[in-house]
Amino acid sequence: MKHFAVKYLREEKLPTPFCPGCGNGILMNAFFKAVEELGYRDLRDFVFCSGIGCAAWIPSPHFMADSIHTLHGRAIPVATGIKLMKPHLKVVVIGGDGDLAGIGLSHLIHAARRNIGLTVIMVNNMIYGMTGGQVAPTTPRGIKTTTTPKGNLEDPIDVARILVEAGAPYVAKWTTYHVISLKNSIKKALRKKGFTYIEVVSQCPTSYGRNAGFKNPSEMLKWFKENSITYEKAKKMGRDIWKKKIVVGEYVDIYRKELTERIRMEDLDYEN
Amino acid sequence: MFWQGNVACAEAAVKAGCRFFAGYPITPASEIAERMAQILPEVHGIFMQMEDEIAAINAIIGASWAGAKSMTATSGPGFSLMQEGIGYAFMTETPCVIVVVQRLGPATGQASKGGQGNFMQARWGTHGDYSAIVLSPNSAQEMFDLTVEAFNLSEKYRTPVILLADELSAHIVEPVKIPERIVVVDRRKARDHSEPFFGSSDPKGIPPMPEVGEGLNILVTGSTHDEWGYRYTSDPDVHRKLVTRIYWKIEGNVRDIADYEADIDEKAKVGIVSYGCSSRTVYEAIDRLRGRGIRVSHLRFRTLWPFPDWIVEELAEKVNVILVPELSLGQFCREVERAAHGKARIISITKIGGGEMITPKEIIEVVERI
Repeated sequence: MKHFAVKYLREEKLPTPFCPGCGNGILMNAFFKAVEELGYRDLRDFVFCSGIGCAAWIPSPHFMADSIHTLHGRAIPVATGIKLMKPHLKVVVIGGDGDLAGIGLSHLIHAARRNIGLTVIMVNNMIYGMTGGQVAPTTPRGIKTTTTPKGNLEDPIDVARILVEAGAPYVAKWTTYHVISLKNSIKKALRKKGFTYIEVVSQCPTSYGRNAGFKNPSEMLKWFKENSITYEKAKKMGRDIWKKKIVVGEYVDIYRKELTERIRMEDLDYEN
Repeated sequence: MFWQGNVACAEAAVKAGCRFFAGYPITPASEIAERMAQILPEVHGIFMQMEDEIAAINAIIGASWAGAKSMTATSGPGFSLMQEGIGYAFMTETPCVIVVVQRLGPATGQASKGGQGNFMQARWGTHGDYSAIVLSPNSAQEMFDLTVEAFNLSEKYRTPVILLADELSAHIVEPVKIPERIVVVDRRKARDHSEPFFGSSDPKGIPPMPEVGEGLNILVTGSTHDEWGYRYTSDPDVHRKLVTRIYWKIEGNVRDIADYEADIDEKAKVGIVSYGCSSRTVYEAIDRLRGRGIRVSHLRFRTLWPFPDWIVEELAEKVNVILVPELSLGQFCREVERAAHGKARIISITKIGGGEMITPKEIIEVVERI
């Protein structure tokens, strides 16, 4: 029997080029489980946009769907153009932390502010993996990378909390350890009309794990499990907790009228 | 209509079928966005002000893949920021129109003052090999006419087209006549998999363009790709085949694309080659020179790129000297000189700063000294 996800994939392009132990496969699995549980037999209603980096290669060319592999950091503006012209499509952006939180961060914040109906999934492996393990804006302090040979002197950016402040109606953050929760968040995001953001902290054993002192991918998953706390718990604790732990859960889930709906209705109401 | 050039441009875009505009405010191009914000919703089009020019160019690329004729408008600094996106549009063969109202640079330069310093950038601005279609108006009327033409060429050749205007043609307020019948060209659309989306057996071929959301499972990438859009990051043949076709589909049709005004006096020994705002000075200079019995020929290009070499060469064969007036330090002259193949002496007349135009008197003085 064929794997349930094969119907969503270009079979002739398998296997994927990702390293053994990469977290990208876990995300793909969670994404397709979500899509299947929502009742989609194929991906005709979807358009995928991605930028540059390992995570950008998840949809392109592997998904049997329309897929636009854009410039580094520019998946969101391309997706914005598509969504504005064809609001009925589910426009999904999949990218890495370098792509979405580094070079493309301003687009991410503005998409959340506009509340345009994109689903953005950020695979956060805390490193520039494809280019060989350079420090990223998401790399924790002290971690050795190829461009921080003595350890990273900077603090990482917390994209999920920034997007909450920017007005995103749905923000969730999980790790590749929390696969069921991740899948459930993807389902929720795909059903929601506004801007939705899901971050998945993921392992890059090749470019991050080796330099950071992990012996294998499973050690990294174990570290995700032991080093994460829920959003509810974190809210009751001091400010330092956000730097020390991976805070997982739904950060926000509210209603705001989506931009293309506002455009269609010429809705200038300040409410929602 | 009594319109400002920028307004004429926006009105023409909508008449040519433009239904998506994304931009970012910049002097001296902002009036195009302002007019688009008013008139696009009336035809159920979308106007979007983006967070920067990088977002603007990428948004019009997205809209184009969603089937819309799309446009942005900017000036020097914004055009510089857009270059990577423009390269993406060349590589993915995405039709779209980029209006550039030239001002003085480099950097912020003199924001509200006219210049012609983007001539080379319009052709060579992004990295790699490609060929660009660049048109240049010299009046409010041509801001209208050439905007329509830019969309038509963009759709026909499935490529970004740059309308290289300048502060004068953008801000001048002049009568604009809307043609009774406007010819509108639409892209050849792919509706199934019978023809590849990114390849052709013809080395100058233009493949049909699919649209997202129609179940065709299209793959678009700015990386080197085969005729179905699959990425090939190291195969030399795939790259050669793709990029040479993207180059030749434009260069190989230079005679179809070329648009120019030729005011040739077969017995003249002096020629002038110009474009954009500088050409208006030339008109006046020629009137005065001819009034004094001095014979002069004039070529004025509406198509700047691909550069119509043969037209310059033909002029160079007839005259002894070619004057090249421009509001930059010889960018345009360099190209005229190359195309003349040494068949005439080339004299560059340049001026930059403060938006000052070259005066008819300055051109006449050069002619008198010859």
